[in-house]
Amino acid sequence: MNLRRDVFQAIADPTRRAILLLVASQSMTAGAIAANFDTARPTVSKHLQILTECELLNQEQNGREIYYQLNAKKMKEVAEFIEPFRKIWDDRFNKLETIMKNYKPKK
Amino acid sequence: MGLKTKMHAEEGKQDLIITREFDLPVELVFKAHVDPELIVQWKTLPNTTAKILKFGGKKHGSYQMQSTDAQGKIVSSVSGVIHEFIPNQKMIRTFEVENAPIGVQLEIYDFERLTDNTSKLSMHVIYESGAIRDQLLKMPGASGYTMGMAHDRMQELMNKFK
Amino acid sequence: MEQKTKVNAEDGKQELMITREFDLPVEMLFKAHAEPELVEQWMSNPFATAKMLKFEGKKHGCYQGESTDANGNVVFRSNGMFHEFIPNRKITRTFEMENAPFGVQLEIYEFEKLTDNTSKLNMHVIFESVPLRDQLLQLPFAQGINMAHDRIQEILGKSK
Repeated sequence: MNLRRDVFQAIADPTRRAILLLVASQSMTAGAIAANFDTARPTVSKHLQILTECELLNQEQNGREIYYQLNAKKMKEVAEFIEPFRKIWDDRFNKLETIMKNYKPKK
Repeated sequence: MGLKTKMHAEEGKQDLIITREFDLPVELVFKAHVDPELIVQWKTLPNTTAKILKFGGKKHGSYQMQSTDAQGKIVSSVSGVIHEFIPNQKMIRTFEVENAPIGVQLEIYDFERLTDNTSKLSMHVIYESGAIRDQLLKMPGASGYTMGMAHDRMQELMNKFK
Repeated sequence: MEQKTKVNAEDGKQELMITREFDLPVEMLFKAHAEPELVEQWMSNPFATAKMLKFEGKKHGCYQGESTDANGNVVFRSNGMFHEFIPNRKITRTFEMENAPFGVQLEIYEFEKLTDNTSKLNMHVIFESVPLRDQLLQLPFAQGINMAHDRIQEILGKSK
């Protein structure tokens, strides 16, 4: 029985990806998160549950409210998360090298 | 005295935050930070005289300041660029001490109006590394207490303009 | 295949390092960063064309860049100042993406000669906070997933 939620499966959903981006810079309550979507509140709650189960989101109690925040550590455990970022720079540097190898100064 | 200024440096980080409330309208606190003739009167190292060689008080300006001792010898020289400049609200600049192995700092000044006659300054200073930040925190001149004394001087100086 | 470009982003830090060795003399590597026409060339890709609206390649100079898509729409603008500009050695600058929630970055580029024909670039990027760094680092991944997902949706839509 697979109790641990698969991280990649969790982020395959566009609403869940959007939730992760929302809370990336500041923790938010479920209500504040739901206000950003046209989706029904119970559906958003289900997304939050999935993200919490696979540990992409942490919960923190502040008074009577529960705040959701991004578990950046979990995000980084999956190295592929920064691969696209690395690839962007790799492509740029490959291009730089090619351009400058062919560079001839104008006299 | 000197204790009103608070410094918060979390362990393991490479930045720190300095905060201070002033009995001054926010406009005067901002002015004290961007008017060269005022800066040299309060933002000085102990036992030195400050001189501003250049201060472009605007977005994408740059600045250079020197401190000399009683004999006129140059003790320190600092310079940097101004990345953002929003009057009475925000100033973002780089800061570097010439010929010192402490690298460059990014400084974000937030000026906040509290009431007509009081305001709050928050300085977020980010260093090239946690090691450099920690090294600086150990030095006598860089402590929050020294910054606090400078802030006290600034409060007194700007009281005249109220 | 060996990864030539390395990204080092330590957990809980507000900085990242990008390093890369080049089959270029250090002077050529630096030149590619110091001349706007060259920067435009290697920063551009099929989806976004980079253009330097302003570029004062010197200490205390300022720069402003723009990126447009295939239809000529401005995708983003960036601006900043050169705090330091030492030929063939070092460029220190501020960087900010306009109208974006990523804050200001402090970037330190170090150019190192390895041999007469090889050199190394070390980019040290420092952010205002840890979450901002993480957000920027993971954005291309999120965008990539979005693009892949949209394509899948498109394909599924067509097959109905």
